Amino acid sequence: MEFILDPWPWYVSGPLIAMVMFLLIYFGKTFGMSSNLRTFCAIGGAGKKSDFFNFKWQEQKWNLMVVLGAVIGGFIAHFFLSNPTNIDLNSNTVQILQSFGFENTGKTLLPQEIYGWDAVLSLKGLLILIVGGFLVGFGTRYAGGCTSGHAISGLSNLQIPSLIAVVGFFIGGLIMTHFIIPLIFK
Amino acid sequence: MKYLKFILTGVFFGIVLVKSEAVSWYRIFEMFRFESFHMYGIIGTAVITGIILVQLIKKTNLKSIEGTPIAIPDKNKSITRYLLGGSIFGLGWALAGACPGPMYILVGTGVFSMLIVIAAAVAGTFVYGLLKNKLPH
Repeated sequence: MEFILDPWPWYVSGPLIAMVMFLLIYFGKTFGMSSNLRTFCAIGGAGKKSDFFNFKWQEQKWNLMVVLGAVIGGFIAHFFLSNPTNIDLNSNTVQILQSFGFENTGKTLLPQEIYGWDAVLSLKGLLILIVGGFLVGFGTRYAGGCTSGHAISGLSNLQIPSLIAVVGFFIGGLIMTHFIIPLIFK
Repeated sequence: MKYLKFILTGVFFGIVLVKSEAVSWYRIFEMFRFESFHMYGIIGTAVITGIILVQLIKKTNLKSIEGTPIAIPDKNKSITRYLLGGSIFGLGWALAGACPGPMYILVGTGVFSMLIVIAAAVAGTFVYGLLKNKLPH
């Protein structure tokens, strides 16, 4: 049981993620989690404002079921399949976060300095979550996919557009991590 | 129940992403600082396995579970939308430390502040829908 309760190594996790993609293709669908954001807009009546949301969202119910399952899976994995262990981060990563004032780095999945309620209920903390989420939602639809749709599904199907999108993911990610996050937390 | 297989696939996905720590903000931060192989190993082995599986599907003309032919559509050709949209996505991914899959999964781990990020992501998608025809693709 220990090998399940301990964190899983990358060479186990990666192929299993590919299996998720394979299962969805075998079920006649595709692996793309950000499409659900568009479905949420359609359910909320966004079709009145833009044709982009005028589609039969009922046909996307299967993907909403994947989302529901993912939430349940997160619950099961976190509360029943995990030993309390620290994330084995590089000591340089821990050090730089310490210099930003982050405490208890790696003791939980997410930093309290961003996702804890004390942080969230401050203007700065709230803005971090809203701006971060907004950029993800806007960017993923502009690019036509996210990590699952482009980095996993697209690259697996040898799609050059997906490779360009992944290069974009890294341009944005590197700018945020190396230039903007240090400004936010210093 | 025709949706059960999708729920179970989602459960499996959620478990794998938590157990691999790919849902962790710290892991994304560490990845973009090139200080660990962990995330590259996950994405790399996922893509290599994925390439093999997709080739097998094509070579064996595998039928879907419903017996229909499987067609994996090609992405539309362009550079602008992928590079610009991708970069905007990357900025958000590194700041929030979560892409759309992990956002849902993390709610299941009890991080309810993630619902704010999800709401903002829905808003971002909505604004994209409004501006779609004015943006260079």
